[in-house]
Amino acid sequence: MSFLDRVARDWLLTELFAGMAITFRYMLKPKATINYPFEKCLLSPRFRGEHALRRYPNGEERCIACKLCEAICPAQAITIEAEPREDGSRRTRRYDIDMTKCIYCGFCQESCPVDAIVEGPNFEYATETRAELMYDKAKLLSNGERWEPELAARIAADAPYR
Amino acid sequence: MIQALVFYMFAGITVASAVMVITARNPVHAVLFLILAFFNAAGLFLLAGAEFLAMVLVVVYVGAVAVLFLFVVMLLDINYLKLREGFLSYLPTGLLVGAILLAELALVVGSWKFAVDAPLSVGSRVPDMALISNTDALGRLIYTDYFYLFQASGLILLVAMIGTILLTLRSRPGVKKQNIAKQNARNKASSVEIRKVPSGGGI
Amino acid sequence: MAELWTGYVWPTVIIVAEIIAIVLPLLIGVAYLTYAERKVIGAMQLRKGPNTVGPFGLLQPMADGAKLFLKEIIIPQGASKAVFLIAPALTFTLALVAWAVIPVNQGWVLANINVGVLYLFAISSLGVYGIIMAGWASNSKYAFLGGLRSAAQMVSYEVSIGFVMISVLLCVGSLNLSDVVHAQEKGMWFIIPHFPLFIIFYISGLAETNRSPFDLPEGETELVAGYMVEYTAMPFALFFLGEYANMFLMSATITTLFLGGWLPPLHMVPFTWVPGVIWFILKVCVLLFGMLWVRATMPRYRYDQLMRLGWKVFLPFSLGWLILTAGVLEVTGWLPK
Repeated sequence: MSFLDRVARDWLLTELFAGMAITFRYMLKPKATINYPFEKCLLSPRFRGEHALRRYPNGEERCIACKLCEAICPAQAITIEAEPREDGSRRTRRYDIDMTKCIYCGFCQESCPVDAIVEGPNFEYATETRAELMYDKAKLLSNGERWEPELAARIAADAPYR
Repeated sequence: MIQALVFYMFAGITVASAVMVITARNPVHAVLFLILAFFNAAGLFLLAGAEFLAMVLVVVYVGAVAVLFLFVVMLLDINYLKLREGFLSYLPTGLLVGAILLAELALVVGSWKFAVDAPLSVGSRVPDMALISNTDALGRLIYTDYFYLFQASGLILLVAMIGTILLTLRSRPGVKKQNIAKQNARNKASSVEIRKVPSGGGI
Repeated sequence: MAELWTGYVWPTVIIVAEIIAIVLPLLIGVAYLTYAERKVIGAMQLRKGPNTVGPFGLLQPMADGAKLFLKEIIIPQGASKAVFLIAPALTFTLALVAWAVIPVNQGWVLANINVGVLYLFAISSLGVYGIIMAGWASNSKYAFLGGLRSAAQMVSYEVSIGFVMISVLLCVGSLNLSDVVHAQEKGMWFIIPHFPLFIIFYISGLAETNRSPFDLPEGETELVAGYMVEYTAMPFALFFLGEYANMFLMSATITTLFLGGWLPPLHMVPFTWVPGVIWFILKVCVLLFGMLWVRATMPRYRYDQLMRLGWKVFLPFSLGWLILTAGVLEVTGWLPK
């Protein structure tokens, strides 16, 4: 009997049609696609995107040129040169990130004692030339100014877990 | 007028591609020209009103035989330089054979004529083309007057095919083969066993 | 002068107009088949498919076409240039040429020749050359392997397609495609008595047009893109159009042989109001949807399985069915004429 059953199944191509039925059912289901440029996914506060250098609320830059980020960077994407400012405080003269090298591990952010270098929520910064991806200090600071409200909110949201 | 023009086009391309078959440097190009020749010969058949023969020529020769030719020729590892070597030394022999063939052909064509009673001795009459189609006429002839010959030629081809299979077939031991019926016959009961495994005891 | 006009010029103009009337809708159909394929497969994979270019992405085929048209044609070094460029043109031309004998409505056929079925068969057997030439001329091992695979595959499946056609033709008694439809008008659609043959023909058609699950010649997982690896821009577009035009052709052939061509499903009032050409297009569309559906469902065959299916399953079955058909027709006296 099982032999007959099997032969009948083989010759009537039941498995084939069962598979077809599944795909047909799925065709009528609602789509899972997010219509990207118009709809976006929720990002975690820990999402590691484009870098930014932050400032204190009084406008003073946070970075104290400790070079911990430069030291920890596994891709060696960060280059820092430091010198004392006129008021004698220790500041960076140069703070470059080669975004083509960066692997977005977030170590720089973790190592920073003053929350100066952070990775923000922005991931839509594609450029037309390679040179535009060699970020310098001015670019990073302007990123910080642009994203500051969100950066602060992200750090606050993640603070309880640190 | 158009008929004549089309005829000369087909005929011209047939002859030209036939020449290219033997002169093309690359064997694959030669086979491709051969296919072109077949194709134009089919066109000539069409002009002569033999549409069935034309289509069969395309299906059989172009669609199957020439594919196999192409297949074989493409897989050959030919050194073209070596192939050209000794061309001059073979030239006299080739020319001689060609000349003899040409002379014989000329003799045959020059002295050939219909026997007086030849049209009467033809076994089958040409049916009225206005009434039945080409395919029909051919079928009536093949499956009545020439039935045994037709079947015999089919059998010869069958024997050739079986012979080829027999010559190349060898059953090698130790070859893993997929048996789909056997795979389909497997079910849960015959292939999965559930066991209680005591912890630390292994199976 | 008047004779030249009525004898040569005017018929030529009419024929050219008829050809355009067939080819233009076909090309638009091909363009939208690519769109439909992306939409249908997208839907089956819970995606949306193209939806950005134009309303519902309807202009996507135009954008794709423009992109391919503007790209640079790259001919690989060491390629046999003429053969390399003839191959895609051949594939595309053959897919269009075969439409000359397909009757889309009562009397709507470009060339109502008596050997229509054989003509279709001959043209489809030529299709292999486009691919095999492309594979060889590319001077690339992937392309070459793709070409070899497709040659063996198409030749194999042509055999069972031939036997299926013969079984149908036995019930018609003519090689004329219009007669095939008329025979179904008197009796019933051949899909009813010949249902297994319909399935076999459909699957062989998939193999013949190199569609999934038989798309081994271009199996990208092992052959990159098979015979199409080295092709760019317009030659690639011609291959692409050729493949989809062949799907149309295969669907039209199946419609004519099994689904009653332009005939309505029932000879009753609401159905007979619809013109025959609409029925024809509807049937073709259903078959095309089936091809896309299969692509979304089935994994690709392995090569030996493909050959086994063709030679050890389809060929004996269609041969047996042919003998059965002949026997039944002879015993019952239903033989045509």
